[in-house]
Formats: sequence, structure tokens, C-alpha cells
Amino acid sequence: MSAKLPASLARNPRLSAWLRFRADGVVEVRSGKVELGQGILTALAQIAAEELDVALERIAMMPAATGTSPDEGVTSGSLSTQDSGMAVRHACAEARALCLAEASRRLGVAVDSLAVADGEIRGAGGARTSYWAIGDAAIAGRDATASVPPKGSAHSRYVGRAIARIDLADKVLGHARYIHDLALPGMLHGRVLRPPSPAATLEKLEEDRARAMPGVVAVVRDGSFVGVLAESERQAQAAVERLRRDARWNEPATLPDEARLGAWLHAARRETALVAERDSGSSPGARRTVRASYTKPFIAHASIGPSCAVAHWNGTRLRVWSHTQGIYNLRADLSIAFAVPAEDIVVEHVQGAGCYGHNGADDVAYDAALLARAADGRPVRVQWSREDELSWSPFGPAMAIDLEAELDDHGEVVAWRGAHWSNGHTMRPGRAKIPTLLAASQLADPFERPVSVNPPFAGGGGAERNSVPAYDFPRLRVECHRVLEMPLRASALRSLGAFANVFAIESFVDDIARMRHEDPVAWRLRHLSDPRARAVIEAVARRSSWGAPLAGEGRGRGIGWARYKGFGAYCAVVAEVELTHEVRVTRLVIAADVGLAVNPDGVANQIEGGAIQATSWALKEAVRFDRTRVTSGAWESYPILRFSEVPRTDVEVIQREHEPSVGAGEAAQGPTAAAIANAVREAIGARIRDLPITAERIAAATLAEEAEPA
Amino acid sequence: MSPAETLEKLALCVNGRDVEAHAAPSTTLLSLLRDDLGLAAARFGCGTGQCGACLVLMDGNPIYSCTLGASAAAGRRITTPEGLSVQGAASPLQRALLAEQAAQCGYCIPGIAVRATALLAANPDPSEEEVRSALDAHLCRCGSHNRIVRAVLRAAREAHEAKR
Repeated sequence: MSAKLPASLARNPRLSAWLRFRADGVVEVRSGKVELGQGILTALAQIAAEELDVALERIAMMPAATGTSPDEGVTSGSLSTQDSGMAVRHACAEARALCLAEASRRLGVAVDSLAVADGEIRGAGGARTSYWAIGDAAIAGRDATASVPPKGSAHSRYVGRAIARIDLADKVLGHARYIHDLALPGMLHGRVLRPPSPAATLEKLEEDRARAMPGVVAVVRDGSFVGVLAESERQAQAAVERLRRDARWNEPATLPDEARLGAWLHAARRETALVAERDSGSSPGARRTVRASYTKPFIAHASIGPSCAVAHWNGTRLRVWSHTQGIYNLRADLSIAFAVPAEDIVVEHVQGAGCYGHNGADDVAYDAALLARAADGRPVRVQWSREDELSWSPFGPAMAIDLEAELDDHGEVVAWRGAHWSNGHTMRPGRAKIPTLLAASQLADPFERPVSVNPPFAGGGGAERNSVPAYDFPRLRVECHRVLEMPLRASALRSLGAFANVFAIESFVDDIARMRHEDPVAWRLRHLSDPRARAVIEAVARRSSWGAPLAGEGRGRGIGWARYKGFGAYCAVVAEVELTHEVRVTRLVIAADVGLAVNPDGVANQIEGGAIQATSWALKEAVRFDRTRVTSGAWESYPILRFSEVPRTDVEVIQREHEPSVGAGEAAQGPTAAAIANAVREAIGARIRDLPITAERIAAATLAEEAEPA
Repeated sequence: MSPAETLEKLALCVNGRDVEAHAAPSTTLLSLLRDDLGLAAARFGCGTGQCGACLVLMDGNPIYSCTLGASAAAGRRITTPEGLSVQGAASPLQRALLAEQAAQCGYCIPGIAVRATALLAANPDPSEEEVRSALDAHLCRCGSHNRIVRAVLRAAREAHEAKR
């Protein structure tokens, strides 16, 4: 029998690439996926310990590095538990079987008489050996075959249980070492003088004053890319400030009007794709058509730690330490950018601060490698400033969404049309013929500036992610307009297009239900046949006491839900809001179904964290800019949700042991924004269709509602 | 060859240990701690005292080490996040943070632990609102806020129960 290998394992079948048994009783497990703060290493360790029958403490999750770790692409898309988890599960199951076969041969006892307990293998008549004695020999040179079925979920010791994160004690005690803390012997500190605006080019640079400053080793200039190398970070910083005063830039006004992003997106050059079209043929006549348009601004990653990297050239060989989401992808782009064979580059993953998508990690690695060419063989560390982090990490793209529904005599939807406008949602490294690294287009001999694309819809898509409603409508047509002008660098941010699309769709159907005077939960349940979708909605309705009146003026409750990508995690959210002089989300009740939750507390943490971040996006966040410069380069100009503003959260994880695991990290983004918008609608009787939902927008919407006869 | 800098000699007490260091006048306390003393748990986040990742205690009071000149710490008692634990063992607050699994990436947590320790020293029985208000000076991007608040309240409760 030969079942199908999980895709990651099929691409990297050699078992010794995934695990190694050490003589000291430790199993080293290698995954190509990396820890971003989401807890993936704990989930993978649980899976490995479960399949191998060893204590969790014996599993050592090894940092990913090119050349030694399996190539699993990018840690993104809520795919790690499903991709790497399945691969580790099958690899460990097969390794265990090979160890038993080897033990049987060496001990001369039948395989079925052998049992494993914490790595010790025991058989009839007191025969014994261990993984630590024979494991590496047993799996040496062997490829995965998928001939060994992994364990079922019954009687599991680790999988499906809320296990404490294996990395958290070090983080809480302050012992954890992040990329920012890496200090190599002889290391220099680099800084980059980023241009004052996205399209700026360097006209003139006076380098001498900076070069003469204490500790400065070199000033590097290549076209509009300017950086310094110094003995200490502070000296590098001071030298860059000197250079800032000594540089003259040409700054064309290339940015759109931030107050009219919808108009810009509709007018820009574009490429149109049909996402979905269906016609059940039985659609009754439409009586009237309703329309609404929604927008979402550019949003920043706004990680608390700035992007950072260390690079070291040894002759023509390059070693890079990075918090990238894709070690092999970064290596591929560095290989193109420096015209160096990939085999001569090693990228090692070192953890960074929270990562929520394609941020500046890869860009700063390239900065460090560029500067390290002038470092005479010394390693170079580059850490971005707060302003660089908020201004130059790629942004989550702005979007505009136009929805249209034809309603019959009873207000039922007979036809749905959606048009979704946005830049593409990814320009990750390692996927194109040109590098997507920030500085690559700023060199004297520049690479072309890439324009973001949308990943295939079959895998979830980008701008069009979750653009097709899950409801049973007789006719439907959804198209996606990818905007080809990209004045601001835009790429993947947590949930990609799903955040805005679910916000728009769930706002629109809420109003359609209201027009029928139908309860929004009842309307949704009436249009959904999938029992798992119904279950998350019913769970949040129950937990939130849906339908019970909320005491007090200006309060409202709203619901939103989605199945991420159409085939991932189910998540429903009920939000409660209170509107005074400001918009407060007071409570979020959330239900999520991710199939088998390997670590239910890890899932709850991801769902809750995602919902709080989405609340911040929905209420406060927009990248600010004038027609030339980004102006939200500090926490004052790019505020995020604070402790006193964070809603109470109540998360239910619906455990489904017999369903495959899907990722949890992005499922809450869209439903949370939709639930908040619907709660605001309930509270004030007016609909906010432009994010973020600010007090000013609420005041304007309320006035407009009052001016318009119902 | 670039010129040398004049270094100033400083004596201070860090995590209960007397240390001497040489710092250029523009060195921040954060840089002194991280780069010269190898204490990396106070972190750089913004450099302007707006995110709280660099928080340490000076003579028991919370201060942003990213904006304070190192010379201002001369003769003072500094407690960094490393100094919260006692001989490597987690402090009651740190134990509570772990019990609540109150972090995701963990970058902001050491600074928050310093703030919460100072809060509990001044106010051993804070209300939830008082905890949130004390932590308002700290940014967390992963959304671990509610777990962190629960952990601070848990630490207060456990300290109270231990006394009875």
C-alpha cells in the first residue's frame, strides 16, 4: 500500500532532512517553516513527540537554514500546520517504523513484540535498545514512502492538547535571543539612508563629513542607495543623520490622494480576472437592485521590533541571518541580485519580532548584504529605524469593493455581483525573475521595480481572497481588477484580500437582511447548508446572548463570519460596540473551527490575537501620505490599539478530531471587521463603508442618514 | 581614519551588581545595557519612548532606556528584565505570564513585565482598569493584551493568597 505523501514530504523525501536521533536522547526536528510568534514550533514538536512516542522535552526544533532544512517555501497563508505538520507527522511515523524494523533485526525478535516508550524500544525476553542507539542508522539514506500510516487521534498524549509553548519561558524571562541580539566577532553596524519618499532619486550627496565621523568605516553609495558602516550602531546612526542633511533628492509627486483611494483604484491601469460565475438557471425575476461600495486603506505591519539582519561575505560566498518567512525564497532573490549561485549563499533563520506578512525582513537582509560588500570580510548588522519600519516595509494594499444584489419581491437575493479593486497582494521574494528586495530598484544599475501579483485563486487568491460569498445565491458573478500602478510598495499582510472582502460582503448581506426585517443571524443560517459554517455562527450567537437587548445608549451588537479562503478555517465573530465621543469595541465573542486543533490554546491565542489586531485595523489604522511622502512614520502618526482600548475576548475553539488541521492565524481578520461594522450599524442606524471606522466617519454617516428620507 | 570619541567613565548598579562602563556622551542607557553589558532583554522598538519595549527600572521607577543618556544612570540602581527573575527562577509575575501563555512573539513582554512589576510593587491589588491603564504606555502587536492583563491580575491574586 502506498498512500499519497504530503506535498512538503514529497518535495523533500529524505527522512534525515526532517529528523535526527542524537545519542544524548534528543530528537532534532527540522521544518522549513519558521517561528513568527505564532507558536508553530510547539505544534510541530507536539506532532513529532506524538508519532515517535517520546516526551515532548526530547524534541529540539532546529532553526531553519538553507542547505540543511527541507525547502517548504514561505511560512504564510495559514498553511504551516497543514503542510509542515503533515510532513513531520508522516516522517516521524515512518522513522518510528524503521527504528522498530532495525531493532527487530538487531535484537532478533519480531517487530510486533516491540514497543516504544519515550524512545526506549523493548521486546520479548528483556530485549532492548533505543532510538538513541540505532535511530540514525535506521533512517539513514531512507526516503519517505507513505507506507506507514500515522497514528489516529484516539488516546493522543500531545496532539489536540493545550500544551504550553516550548519557546515562551525564554521569551518571558528575557533569555530569548532575537535577530536584533545577534553579535558576531568583528561585527560592524550598518545603516541605510532611505530616500525621503517612495519615488525619490538621489541628486547629490556630500559624503566627506559623514566619512570623517568617529567610528565610521565606510560610506556606501550605489545610485540612490546610500548606507554607512561603523564600529557601533550609534555611530552608524549619527553618520546617517549627517548624510541626511548632506543629501539632495529629486522627489516626484507620485502618490494618490489618500482621501480618495477608491477613485484612484477605479481609475488606474488594471488587469481584470473573472473570479467566479454561476447561474443555477432557475433564478426568479428581480424586482430591484441594491448597490454599495466599500474601501480599505493601506495598512502597515507595524511590528514592535524593527526589521534587522546580519550579513557576512567570505570571498564570494554570502551568509545571511534573517527573520525572513522564506529562507529559500530570500536566497533565490539574493542570488539574482548579486549574480552569485544559490549554492554559495546560506540563509539562516533567526527569530524576529511578530511577523504578520511580507514585511521588511527580506529587504533589510539585502541592505546588510549590500553594505557587507564594503566591510572587508567583517559581518554587518543592519537594523531599521522605527520610521523606516513604518514607512518602507511593504504595506497591505488599499482596496475598493463594489457590490450589487438583485432582489426579488421578498427581498431575497437572486443575483450577486462583486467587483474587487486592488493592487496585487504579493511580491514575495524568490518567485520572479527579478528580485523584489527594496534596494534592488534603487541601485545605479537598477532592477525593474516589481508590481505585486495575486496568487492563484485555487490556493486562496490574493485581492480576490474570500470575494465569493459562501451563501446559496441563484446567480453570481465576481471579478477582480488588479491595479498595475503601484506608487506604494504593497504586498502580503495577514489574510490578504479577505480582510476587506469579508468586511464588505458581510456588511452588505447584513443590510439585505435588515431590509427584510430579518434577524442577521437567522438570515445567514437560512443561506448556509455547510454544518460547520452553521456551527460557528450558532456558537457565537449562543455565547454572546444574541438577541438579548444591550442596555445603554449608543450600543450595538453585530456578527460577521467567513470560511478563510473558502476551504480553510471557519470563524464567526460577534462584536459589541459602544459609541460615545469615540468608537469602542467592548467585547468580541469568537468561535473557530480549524479541524483538528493540534494545540487548542495555541489556536485560541492566534484567533484572539488576530481579532485584536483586526480591531486595531478596523478602528484606527491607515497609512498616511501626501502626494509625495509617506507621513505615518511614527507611532503618533500610525497609532495602534492600546491596552485600555482592547475589547474583552471570549474564544471557543470547536475541536474536530477527525477533520484535517487547517491554519488559524488569519481566520479572524475579516469576520472581526465585519462584526464591528455591523455592530456600529446596529448602534447608530448608519452604515460605515470606509475603513477605518472612526468617530469622524460615524458623525458624517449619521448626518447623512438624517438628511436622507428613509 | 576616523577620529576617536571621548569616553566617560560610569559606575552604576545593574541587577544588584556594581558595574563600571565607558560610554560616549551620546550613548543611551539602552545601548549601554545591550551593547556593552550584554543584557539584551530590554529591546529597541522605537527610540522615542513610545512603545515600552526598552523599559527598565531606575531606583525602582520605570524609565525608557532608549531615550535616557547612559550618564544619567551613574550611581543609580538599574533593574533590567533579566533582573526580575531571582537566581534564574521566574518571578511570581513571570510565572503568571507563563501560566496564562501571555505572549506570541514575546518582543514586547520583557518591558511589560518590568512595568507590571513596578505596578504591583506600588499597588499590590490593582483593578483590571488600573492594570490596563498602567500598561497603556506599552504596545503589543500580536494581540496578547487580554492574556497579559489576566496574568498581572493572577500574580496579584496569588501574592495575596500566599500572604494569608
